[in-house]
Amino acid sequence: MQRIGVFVCWCGSNIAATVDVKAVAEALKSEPGVVYSADYQYMCSQAGQDLIKEAVKEHNLTGIVVCSCSPRMHEATFRKTAAAAGLNPYMVEIANIREQCSWVHKDIPSGTEKAIILGKAAVAKVNLNTPLTPGESPVTKRALVIGGGIAGIQTALDIADAGFPVDIVEKNPTIGGKMAQLDKTFPTLDCAACILTPKMVDVAQNDKIRIFSYSEVSEIKGFVGNFDVTIRKKARYVKEDVCTGCGLCVEKCPQKKIPNEFNLGMDNRSAIYIPFAQAVPKVATIDAEACTMLKKGKCGLCSKVCTAGAIDYKQQDELISEKYGAIVVATGFNPISMEKFDEYAYSQSKDVITSLEFERLTNAAGPTAGKLLRPSDLKHPHTIVFVQCVGSRCASCAEKGKEYCSKICCMYTAKHAMLTRDKYPDTDVYVFYIDVRTPGKNFDEFYRRAVEEYGVHYIKGMVGKVTPEGDKLKVRASDLLNNKQLNIDADLVVLAAAIEPDKSARPLATMLTASMDTNDFFTEAHPKLRPVESPTAGVFLSGACQGPKDIPETVSQAGAAASKVIGLLAKDKLTGNPCVASSDELMCNGCSSCERVCPYGAISYIDKEFRMPDRTVAIRRVASVNPAVCQGCGACTVACPSGAMDLRGFASGQIMAEVDAICK
Amino acid sequence: MNNKEKLLKEEILRMSGVNPVKCMRCGKCSGTCPAYDEMEYHPHQFVSMVESGDIEPLLESKSLYRCLTCFACVDRCPRNVEPAKLVEAVRLLAVRKQGANHLKPEDVAAVLDDDTPQQLLVSAFRKYAK
Repeated sequence: MQRIGVFVCWCGSNIAATVDVKAVAEALKSEPGVVYSADYQYMCSQAGQDLIKEAVKEHNLTGIVVCSCSPRMHEATFRKTAAAAGLNPYMVEIANIREQCSWVHKDIPSGTEKAIILGKAAVAKVNLNTPLTPGESPVTKRALVIGGGIAGIQTALDIADAGFPVDIVEKNPTIGGKMAQLDKTFPTLDCAACILTPKMVDVAQNDKIRIFSYSEVSEIKGFVGNFDVTIRKKARYVKEDVCTGCGLCVEKCPQKKIPNEFNLGMDNRSAIYIPFAQAVPKVATIDAEACTMLKKGKCGLCSKVCTAGAIDYKQQDELISEKYGAIVVATGFNPISMEKFDEYAYSQSKDVITSLEFERLTNAAGPTAGKLLRPSDLKHPHTIVFVQCVGSRCASCAEKGKEYCSKICCMYTAKHAMLTRDKYPDTDVYVFYIDVRTPGKNFDEFYRRAVEEYGVHYIKGMVGKVTPEGDKLKVRASDLLNNKQLNIDADLVVLAAAIEPDKSARPLATMLTASMDTNDFFTEAHPKLRPVESPTAGVFLSGACQGPKDIPETVSQAGAAASKVIGLLAKDKLTGNPCVASSDELMCNGCSSCERVCPYGAISYIDKEFRMPDRTVAIRRVASVNPAVCQGCGACTVACPSGAMDLRGFASGQIMAEVDAICK
Repeated sequence: MNNKEKLLKEEILRMSGVNPVKCMRCGKCSGTCPAYDEMEYHPHQFVSMVESGDIEPLLESKSLYRCLTCFACVDRCPRNVEPAKLVEAVRLLAVRKQGANHLKPEDVAAVLDDDTPQQLLVSAFRKYAK
């Protein structure tokens, strides 16, 4: 028989305002096994914890019930308290009488009644609790960063700086991501390449960091501290360690009509290419879809001109297996497609462009060598209209836009407008906005400067329609503050397209068993208090894969994710969760139901010898749970038809005892 | 909002099925409206005026009959507010009003032209002359 102590917390007025805590303590005194019952203002305070410790000693308690807030808040606190008093920490149960009771009830009688019932259920469970000891698992001291944009780069640099080896997997031929495509960065207007490329070089030169460029993660197994990852290194038909990046092959390649992804298709590249001058690794890649040699077996010019002998038309995809202790997701974002927004004529006119295309049009390495020329006729535009929130904050069009605010557009549009007016004072620049959202250090000042010093026309109202007419774009919009409809003959229209997570994020989340929201952004373990961790242990989030963010925020989050990874890799062993599944081998019928439902691959089947009652030996196939892999989700206990599978700490008997106590 | 305004508002919301609080004040409806210049109250104003119960001026306004019901505002509204349905509901309320004689026989001469089919006049009398 257990000797149980019940401790009812007031939580100031959080609980005590709607629950008669004294009545709860009194009512639970007579429950089976309860030998002590008390209430206190703040049970989680040092004094409250001391109260528990003293009671354990004085009354020889074997089990503890704390009626307080959600176990998510203070279960760990009270388990430590129990351990300090010499009890097994798993002999503690929390009855949640705050979130699920006092906060949802308005009057004291019903709140008190429910609190007593919840307390009784916890007492019934503790009566059946047994001491549990967590297992330990080793930690592989190597991190994997998926995505080589500024988020992945910063995370990798910070982890490597702490002395741990890091691998970056990047699906494109070079790291750098979206930031490499930007021209200037707000609010200081530094050149993006000037601040990014030193970091890319740092990554390349860091002996702790390996870059798997033009590679994708194809399989992830294992668990925190012990991930087994298979990386597919796509064939680039160029030997990475031999290529010097001289660019002669790129120059000589006769196939030069391939739309250049780096400039968003606004100019062409050759079939063998280096994405941009500062690419890391600076190695050529052959586009297999475009190369005449690979398609038809004729040409081979690049191989002939390559003095290093780096071209290898027979190269195959390569699978690399590696173990990691932690995985950081840094898969980033993309602007959404503008094809479906017919009213803005994006598909009809070359002079309606997205903001990212505008970045390339103003960048010295872009298709116009940095001169702002409109794509259709390469003439200098005089009237430029920027449209904000295209596809953002859009509730009506799930198939077209996104319901959230994309966060970065207000600032980059202000930047574009300001820089255009600065460089080309002969232009008229209009920005149509719904709200200007510029929270951030020196952000609002920046936007005001665009208006006050650079004379950008900010107009409250949306553009309703863009119609190409002759060589002009007729823009019809409303000016809500003047209650007027405007008709502007524009030369160039720039759409601030909403951003969405990269398409590779969803399959990756499935491989990681990491959760995502409806927009395919990765969810955090806690939106405020654990913002860089996925709820899946050992998986961390960096950058825009978790939600829209600008560069300063991305870099801060990348550093935070790195520090979490370092905290994990610094440990030699991880303490597991003892509340894992275990199978009663005598009851197991070997049906494999549990193995099939287990999302973590923790269950395998083994052949085991059993002594039968008639003294013969039989070999039976039974389930075996790897406690280091099991996350204690309980799916197998439900799937098991013979009731052999049970969850330690949440055994069927314990749950039924709780239900009985509630229904009594 | 007084009681009368409240009742009018409820009536219009019920008839149109529109929820004006979904509006985020972007003005795309008015930005896209081809009849904008003909209107005294513009589509975005319809939404906010109905929301604040300011419906009497709308009932009196010629704007009601300037809306082409082209539904461009409905199609392009990012928040699914459907302003044209709201205009339609206010228009119906005006048309259905007892004793409001919108079309008198002596007005016919002024609106008559070769392009107007007689059928239209007949149905207009049926609808508007009460």
